[in-house]
Amino acid sequence: MSDLMKVSSNPHIRSKASTSSIMLAVVIALLPAAGFGIYNFGLDALILILVTVLSTVLTEYIFEKILGKKSTIGDYSAVVTGLLLALNLPSSAPWWIGVIGGIFAILVVKMLFGGLGQNFMNPALGARCFLLISFTSIMTNFDCDAYTGATPLAALKNGEAVDIYNMVIGKTAGTIGETSMIAIIIGACFLILVGVIDLRIPGSYIVSFVIFITIFGGHGLDYSFISAHLAGGGLMLGAFFMATDYVTRPVTVKGQYVFGILLGILTGIFRIFGASAEGVSYAIIIGNLLVPLIERVTLPTAFGKGGAKA
Amino acid sequence: MNSVKERLVNGIVKENPTFVLMLGMCPTLAVTTSAINGLGMGLTTMVVLALSNAFISLLRNVIPGKVRIPAFIVIIASFVTMVELLLEGFLPALYDALGIYIPLIVVNCIILGRAESYASKNPVIPSLFDGIGMGLGFSFALTCMGAVRELIGAGTLFGVTVMPESYVPCSIFIMAPGAFFVLSVLTAVQNKVKIAGERKGKDMSKIQSGCGSDCMNCSDTGCRKRIYDEKGEGEKTNA
Repeated sequence: MSDLMKVSSNPHIRSKASTSSIMLAVVIALLPAAGFGIYNFGLDALILILVTVLSTVLTEYIFEKILGKKSTIGDYSAVVTGLLLALNLPSSAPWWIGVIGGIFAILVVKMLFGGLGQNFMNPALGARCFLLISFTSIMTNFDCDAYTGATPLAALKNGEAVDIYNMVIGKTAGTIGETSMIAIIIGACFLILVGVIDLRIPGSYIVSFVIFITIFGGHGLDYSFISAHLAGGGLMLGAFFMATDYVTRPVTVKGQYVFGILLGILTGIFRIFGASAEGVSYAIIIGNLLVPLIERVTLPTAFGKGGAKA
Repeated sequence: MNSVKERLVNGIVKENPTFVLMLGMCPTLAVTTSAINGLGMGLTTMVVLALSNAFISLLRNVIPGKVRIPAFIVIIASFVTMVELLLEGFLPALYDALGIYIPLIVVNCIILGRAESYASKNPVIPSLFDGIGMGLGFSFALTCMGAVRELIGAGTLFGVTVMPESYVPCSIFIMAPGAFFVLSVLTAVQNKVKIAGERKGKDMSKIQSGCGSDCMNCSDTGCRKRIYDEKGEGEKTNA
């Protein structure tokens, strides 16, 4: 009985999960996509992944060293950022693209705003958009030893036929980690099984995107058009690994659905009406910027407050 | 002569309009895509600023307090029109590059700010040099920003290629986001210099410009208070 009398302040429910265990789970979940990227694009992809991860980790280490702060590279969040960024680069990109992207992601997007937990935008995606605007020709050059020509989404936008089977497997042109839908889904299933992410954001994202392109895509309920849009580009990688980033998603449950639907609509607008074929990364960082607003609107009522007014 | 030198140092370093007072952000961010544009904009503004400061100072005892803002604007707009016509006639390339931002010098808050906080209550010579000092500070800041953005974003400096051929320009720096990156970093450098100077015991505080308050953190406490003063008769004290 005496155990029940123990008095302590909240929180009373504690989880064994720590930042490093969660981040490590994300790294493991990204390995299938990374592995397939290396298999698909060869040694170039492996070197680019290593260089990018090294640059994010080193940037965080050196920044904290200079400022005399405790090093936080042990929480693996810089590894996740580097890996995600590398998976968002085309394999033909030179090594210094990875270095600049890694430095920008950690230094500007993450550390200058106060480090992990304070960044207002997903660092990997912020860096990808920075690189995309700065070095457009390098970042959209998907020619490599294995493939030449347009990505499936660009071909789709031009009204050409695409091979959905190869898109699901991943044997197409694209960035290192986005091509294989299967590898990404395997990683995502792992994350869902260990409880790191749930289906609220990815589910509402994908469903709202499908509804959007069914209405506005100009093909109606065309099964092959919709599945090509789902399997092509960075939608799967973005929905499962980047939209679900703990720091830059809403904390409220209702807000997470709103966030997912917003991303689906934005991605649809960019893909159908935009000038370029892909729009997942822009959709997610715009969504990130709106998170404080979404949280404010969807704040749940505290227990005992509100209810029907007399 | 002492006050002349003091006004110049104040404008260029201690109250640099861009890095310290954070005034005139619109042209700062918009036209600094190259060093030459920054310098051109800075010098154009300096001419207007010096002349309008001198004239407003001359007329400071004639202009009634209640209508001083419209009166200032008329004087400033006249000089801007003159400068605009001169640029169009003699420097058409610069005129095209700066575009809409030349007429917009009228509403540049540095000019109205100096008129309100300094020229309207100080003699002609210090006011003229206050304008020149502020203008030089603005030119310096804009040229620095333009140079950094041009160097990183296009690999050139004043139009001359300086980077090796293998350099790939990082074109975001000559677009809008680059302006914010460069401005923030240069402001950080300026603050670092200021803090290091204060540690060494140098006096880095701002010289009184009629107001003496911190423009960045002013919420109706400094010179802005007088603008909304119902009496319209600003206290003619040098705080």
